[in-house]
Amino acid sequence: MLAVEAFRATDPVTFEETWSTGSITAITEGPYRRAYLGSLQLSAITAVLGAVLGLALAVAILRARRGRLLRRLVLTASGVLANFGGVPLAFAFLATIGGQGVVTAFLSDTLGIGLGGFTLQSMTGLAVVYLYFLIPLMVLTIVPALEALRPQWREAADNLGATGWQYWRHVGGPVLLPPVLGATMLLFASAFAAYATAKALVGSSVPLVTLQIADALSSNVVVGAENLGKALALGMVLLVGLVMAFYAWVQKRTQRWLS
Amino acid sequence: MTALAESVAGAGGVAPGTPARPSRRRGSGAWRFAVLLVLGVYFLVPIGASVWYTVRDRVDGGVTGRVYGAIPGAEGFAEAFGRSLLLAGLTVVLALLLMVPTVVLVELRLPKLRTAVELLTLAPLVLPPIALVVGVRSVLAWAPDYFYGTPVAEAMFALQRPSLPWILVLVYVVLALPFVYRALDAGVRGSDLRTLTEAARNLGASWPRVLGSVVLPVLRTSVLNAAFLTVALVLGEFTVASILGFETFPTWIVRISGSQAQLSVAVSVLSLVVTWLLLLLISALDRRRGTKESS
Repeated sequence: MLAVEAFRATDPVTFEETWSTGSITAITEGPYRRAYLGSLQLSAITAVLGAVLGLALAVAILRARRGRLLRRLVLTASGVLANFGGVPLAFAFLATIGGQGVVTAFLSDTLGIGLGGFTLQSMTGLAVVYLYFLIPLMVLTIVPALEALRPQWREAADNLGATGWQYWRHVGGPVLLPPVLGATMLLFASAFAAYATAKALVGSSVPLVTLQIADALSSNVVVGAENLGKALALGMVLLVGLVMAFYAWVQKRTQRWLS
Repeated sequence: MTALAESVAGAGGVAPGTPARPSRRRGSGAWRFAVLLVLGVYFLVPIGASVWYTVRDRVDGGVTGRVYGAIPGAEGFAEAFGRSLLLAGLTVVLALLLMVPTVVLVELRLPKLRTAVELLTLAPLVLPPIALVVGVRSVLAWAPDYFYGTPVAEAMFALQRPSLPWILVLVYVVLALPFVYRALDAGVRGSDLRTLTEAARNLGASWPRVLGSVVLPVLRTSVLNAAFLTVALVLGEFTVASILGFETFPTWIVRISGSQAQLSVAVSVLSLVVTWLLLLLISALDRRRGTKESS
């Protein structure tokens, strides 16, 4: 444990030592500001979409009566997709709907329609690929919370004459809201931090903080680029820290019902 | 968002109230089917298309497994994959050595620290790896800057040997903490570890013996699970290796993708499917053991 703690504690120290306000003001302007906004926007949209679709999928596989096999297949697949990382996913999507992709070719050769101006090398394209690991992450995170919804609550609501809608509106929804919000935060952080997928897919043509940091670190041309990269990374840590603080607060409220 | 989530969760229950049960079931069935269909297509099409992309023959339009056959002999593959496997093994050993005693200690002796340990191990989950690697780079830069000519610098240089970068092992241990901790914690909570260890102690077993003959067997599947997730994480990790300039399996895939697109897709798909099958196998073992014990 100690080694880990020391490791983590050193990071902010090194940031501070090499700080000058110059890099801090620099990262709030121009292309870097655009990169932060791009990252935030992409992460927010994919986190919300991933949360909604992941929740739907989790509910669907849990409701299945004979779905033990389906459930295990989906859960293990989710484990792989959420943890294995973005590089293989990026290439799978390139082979599917990239410029030379199988589906692209099928659509334009056989059906005579293209992808309608869609390219993977854009925000929309990245969002499509990000969802491929964010939905599984949502499933993994939310399944325990769904399993903790006690069937007795549903039965009690039914016995009192509640409709399904009323049950979700007054019982299921409020209980599930904190974990769903928490999981959405986690998805946001994960999308915000994603680098491999974006790097493998687009190089650096889309404004994203992670790509900018990598560029700054590998740049030998601009003087002080290394410090710029550190400032950018610090900004990321701060933003994620805010999200995490909110997540912790939400988690605290959840414990009351789902223990 | 709240409204969205609720409408999704509640979509199965919008049936009229009177004969609540049957109609709700039917409505929810159709809704479930639609969700599974749409997401199934979304998740299966890229995998299927990638497989097709790798097996079709560009010249005569037939099907060939040539690309897959070429993987083992591909330039740099054996070296990069071997290095990744070695890193994965070292990471697993180190992470387990660190976390098994921690989890057991927290459960048996220091339950007050549970929240702190939990938060600490969750941190790497949200700390962007790219930010972590920026910090690591700064620390590594101390070696030539401040410690030049001292044993500290020698040690730090030794950490960065390209053939076996120990620094990656250290970073990966940090990145794997959340998964290892969660897997082990689930195992500890699921078993009545406290009673078992107390029984063992009462029967006169020493602590090392308790760890070896009671704790580890109880936690066997959790340890297996943790080890497996760590291996998957290390085999797929790109950010840290790429920024620190080491060649591992994922950075190798990206490097060859420019010149051998088919090969890179083939390796990607293969790694995903093989990992999934292994995880499925572990979960099957887990279940078999679980049912045997409960019956």
